[in-house]
Amino acid sequence: MEKELRLMKGNEAVAEAAIRSGADAYFGYPITPQSEVLEHLMLEKPHERTGMVVLQAESEVSAINMVYGAAGCGRMVMTSSSSPGISLKQEGISYIAGAELPCLILNVVRGGPGLGTIQPAQSDYFQSTKGGGHGDYRLIVLAPASVQEMYDFVELGFNLAFKYRNPVMIQSDGIIGQMMEKLEIGPQKQRRSAEEIAKQCPWATVGKPENRERNIITSLDLVSARQEQHNHKLQAKYKEIQEKEVRYELINCDDAEYIIVSYGSSARLSMKAMDILRAKGVKVGILRLITLFPYPTKIIQELTPKVKGFLAVEMSCGQMVEDLRLAVEFKKPVEHFGRVGGMVPSPEEIVEALEQKIIGG
Amino acid sequence: MAEITLKDIIKEENLVYKRSKIMTNKTLSYCPGCGHGTAHQIIAHTIQDMGIQEQTIGVSPVGCSVLMYDFLDLDIQQAAHGRAPAVATAIKRLMPDKFVFTYQGDGDLAAIGTAETIHACNRGENITIVFINNGIYGMTGGQMAPTTLAGMPTSTSPYGRDTSMMGNPLKITELLAMLPGTYYVTRQAVHTPRAVRQTKKAIRKAFENQKLNRGVSFVEIVSNCNSGWKLPPVKANEWMVENMFPFYPLGDMKVDGELVNK
Ligand SMILES: Cc1ncc(C[n+]2csc(CCOP(=O)(O)OP(=O)(O)O)c2C)c(N)n1
Ligand code: SF4
Ligand SMILES: [Mg+2]
Repeated sequence: MEKELRLMKGNEAVAEAAIRSGADAYFGYPITPQSEVLEHLMLEKPHERTGMVVLQAESEVSAINMVYGAAGCGRMVMTSSSSPGISLKQEGISYIAGAELPCLILNVVRGGPGLGTIQPAQSDYFQSTKGGGHGDYRLIVLAPASVQEMYDFVELGFNLAFKYRNPVMIQSDGIIGQMMEKLEIGPQKQRRSAEEIAKQCPWATVGKPENRERNIITSLDLVSARQEQHNHKLQAKYKEIQEKEVRYELINCDDAEYIIVSYGSSARLSMKAMDILRAKGVKVGILRLITLFPYPTKIIQELTPKVKGFLAVEMSCGQMVEDLRLAVEFKKPVEHFGRVGGMVPSPEEIVEALEQKIIGG
Repeated sequence: MAEITLKDIIKEENLVYKRSKIMTNKTLSYCPGCGHGTAHQIIAHTIQDMGIQEQTIGVSPVGCSVLMYDFLDLDIQQAAHGRAPAVATAIKRLMPDKFVFTYQGDGDLAAIGTAETIHACNRGENITIVFINNGIYGMTGGQMAPTTLAGMPTSTSPYGRDTSMMGNPLKITELLAMLPGTYYVTRQAVHTPRAVRQTKKAIRKAFENQKLNRGVSFVEIVSNCNSGWKLPPVKANEWMVENMFPFYPLGDMKVDGELVNK
């Protein structure tokens, strides 16, 4: 098959990927910097292209509950938003996690807290990786660093969501969402037929035939002993995800004395910083996180004895760095550098941070 | 005196309702005399009569009827508090050939879920909404609801609802009837055999309407909450007739997309 190349914004790439991966539905509500997802979907008439349902809801609360309804029917469904809207979705995400429904949620992160700013940030790491809503649950969190990954992670996200019957979040940021890059897009996949869905998702509420028990989608169980069991089952699933689904990229780590741990657009900026430092003779490598949950603790533990220190680079006041510290277990210095409030670090600032906080420190 | 024939006996008012096959064997969790059980039975009979068990998906609310999925032998989704209309919207949009209904209390539908209710109705989603208005939060122990009558005591309005401080009871059904997206809007009750028969007709119509794809069919059932109202069942029904019905008058508000002039 010949490659199809396009020039697209990250947000548009997500929309196109949703259509092409055979998604059944998208429900969303406008918010900067991710409105292009719904805009592109509406422009592309997916109801004509594939029969995909696309609906602008009255709020993020409504949109995530539409996602619940569609996912409960075994459908491939997604929503997207940016930080304040993702906060509103948290109740629904908790229900989805509790009811073990598959779905995809895109967060194109902007600076907070509160209304914050419309400029890019990575300050929703805690919210994405530690649960976000009420109760003990986890999302699988993917962190794209390019428009190509925005596209690719849609299908990957859906696959993981159905494999584990768990909500998957793509945690992007305003830079990746808004920037245009060349990307390769895949062929149009057929949406699954009703029969295929019923077979793949025997738990789905699609109408109860005589010959099977009724299907119930719920997160409620008032019998404490059973609710505890359900929690243990969820935790076993998250453990399996931690064992099997860690994804990361090692860049120049073989001879590295210092390692920058970063993800998303911060990782892109860190690459430039690495080049500057390498030109000066400083042996720097990058561990780029692709999954934020599960966190790549094992590879960090393998790298720890070989290096002199780690610098976490993220557009937050220090969130991901906490997981890095837990992995390094205080065996080597771990420092943090970030710009916040919509400010983006320059490669030179990252260079300076590494020189002052780790090498000089 | 003329002889009484079988034909004379087989009249609607002499019919004793059998348990519907759509009802499971689970003991209802409702207080004795509560209207929720009767409303469930009516829905079950309707689905059985129409033969649409395999095509029906229900959405249960948060409220006393949260466990509706234990009692109705149907595929059911349990929605977050107030969000049933959003959940039902997605189910119906993805499976337009199925019958989709929500079942919601007044706190669920007319307080926390007001936005979801109004917008699902305004979009004209082709679903059925059954709304149990008992003027109180039954499940959480009898707190004030959006529909609590002026002066009515509840646990959070212990001296009666003071409308100057606590706002006015909300006639959400009247409001919804005004929206172009509703096709059938009616207010019924389940406290007498006659009322049950009326409600059964209304629920049947509300389900049949889904075949027409003309928008929301909305059936409010003014019901009792003996526990929340702190009245024995018979007294509660009398109180309902005397106090609830004057403010929430029974009858059709909109039929076949046309407002009913009264
Ligand atoms: C987000 C959220 N807020 C509050 C509650 C607590 N709660 C449970 S049921 C209920 C009120 C239900 O009243 P209504 O909808 O009138 O149903 P009824 O029990 O009267 O049938 C409330 C406030 C909840 N479960 N979730
Ligand atoms: S508390 Fe009220 S609404 Fe709930 S079951 Fe009892 S009587 Fe019915
Ligand atoms: Mg109530």
